[in-house]
Amino acid sequence: MKRTLKEALKSGDFVITTEIGPPKGTNIEKMLHHIDLLKDKVDGLNVTDNQSSVMRLSSLAVCHLIKDRGGEPILQMTCRDRNRMALQADLLSAYVLGVENVLCLTGDHIMLGDHKGARQVFDLDSVQLIAAVRTLETGKDIGGNELDGAVSFCVGATATPEADRMGSQLLKFRKKIKAGAEFFQTQAVYDMDKLKEFMQYARQFEEVKILAGILVLTSVGMARYLNANVAGVTVPEELIEEVKSAGKGQGIVKGKEIAARHIKQIKKEGICDGIHLMAIGKEEIVPEILEMAGIK
Amino acid sequence: MIIAEQKPLEEIRSMAAKHKKILLLGCGTCVTVCMAGGEKEVGILASALRMARKLEGNRIEIIEDTILRQCEWEYLEEIAPKVDEVEAVISMACGVGVQAMAQQFPDKLIYPALNTTSLGMPAQHGLWVENCRGCGNCGLARFGAVCPVARCSKSLLNGPCGGSQDGKCEVNPEADCGWQLIYERMERLDQLELLEDILPAKNWSTDRDNGPRRTVREDVFIADVKGGTE
Ligand code: SF4
Ligand code: SF4
Repeated sequence: MKRTLKEALKSGDFVITTEIGPPKGTNIEKMLHHIDLLKDKVDGLNVTDNQSSVMRLSSLAVCHLIKDRGGEPILQMTCRDRNRMALQADLLSAYVLGVENVLCLTGDHIMLGDHKGARQVFDLDSVQLIAAVRTLETGKDIGGNELDGAVSFCVGATATPEADRMGSQLLKFRKKIKAGAEFFQTQAVYDMDKLKEFMQYARQFEEVKILAGILVLTSVGMARYLNANVAGVTVPEELIEEVKSAGKGQGIVKGKEIAARHIKQIKKEGICDGIHLMAIGKEEIVPEILEMAGIK
Repeated sequence: MIIAEQKPLEEIRSMAAKHKKILLLGCGTCVTVCMAGGEKEVGILASALRMARKLEGNRIEIIEDTILRQCEWEYLEEIAPKVDEVEAVISMACGVGVQAMAQQFPDKLIYPALNTTSLGMPAQHGLWVENCRGCGNCGLARFGAVCPVARCSKSLLNGPCGGSQDGKCEVNPEADCGWQLIYERMERLDQLELLEDILPAKNWSTDRDNGPRRTVREDVFIADVKGGTE
């Protein structure tokens, strides 16, 4: 039997997780192909939750599909679309469906997505959501009411090692740990020195496992977009040059190399406990990158 | 104060479309200060409406007036004679004032000329920002008197989201990140320790979630309160 994410994190092995993006619609063929391709090569498959505030197939349904196919799903949950009742109900539901991992996120603002006029929720924040999972584990809901059957989860959260205002981000990081986060998947990092700096701070929380976010660059345009639009992500100029050197339409070749190089370094130098590899929409390149990094 | 801004002229015109004689009524308090519905704005809007209707070949007669507050009965009473003269009133007050007019004059059509946006203040000349959401349970003491409910786009209580960049909010690169403001102020006041506590889920029952708020002060009740306690 495949080991659980919790077991993988405990083992001391270099842990690999990657991401599955549910489709916008009911055609799940391509996604199932990605799941089958990746499920035995990684320790966990994150399923995004209406990512970028774009309405899609639900994370919970896809986690269930992954479980059915013998994979280890990580349920991403954002606070944007559900109030505390719906979030807790979904946590109970995930548990009875055999989903054992949950990644608690704030969630992007509704304005960034495809339903701009929708009412956003944010009844809980990510810290309170982590705390809610921990409360449900005690056999009570966060209203203090008894549950007939509790839950048990491996709880993760996110951190931003390259944020430009580190003080307030580290405050949130500490609170997530205090609330009960066991592992972190970081925002995409491209500067290994900055990652090391963050890890120097993070290592004082010995019980917490940290997986570095690796986002594969596919083009110069993508790198520039990240720099201009995604908070806490900075692709250094020399990496952009490197991607450029691949020539038109070939950026992804260099992007894969960069990702593999970073993974190798993180593993070799023991910078983090593992990585969370993101290849948004191009999940088929994940095994190749892991191979290039000397992982599998 | 209450912040509002004028609706597009087209929308106001369509409300007045079937009327020949209206009262355009300004309010002398909040919306005068935020330059949306005071005496001056009444004058400008009245001219624009008259002009537009004249061009249409369908003149409209507009009585212009501004009272001190459209949200208090005593000021509404004094306007009754003018209300009597017209088919409808276009109110340039906030949503509260518009509804007070409707309650005071139950047989008159009352239309809003403004979009009421928020409780706030001018951040600079020509820029008004929302600083309070009227949540009914003020937590400012914990946040260095910077409100996370109103000033963080996600009303987060335990710190910033990952979208905060250069002190600005992910929703709008021109808007301050409320959480960065809180953090910096608490740092300055040497109160950062206070932010380390995990705040539990907010009790929203003092917000709209227990139905429309009714603020009751029995000690100041007098008999026959207008619009009273039912
Ligand atoms: S905590 Fe509530 S009452 Fe206090 S400023 Fe914020 S929204 Fe207004
Ligand atoms: S960027 Fe700042 S103000 Fe905007 S939602 Fe995040 S924490 Fe709140």
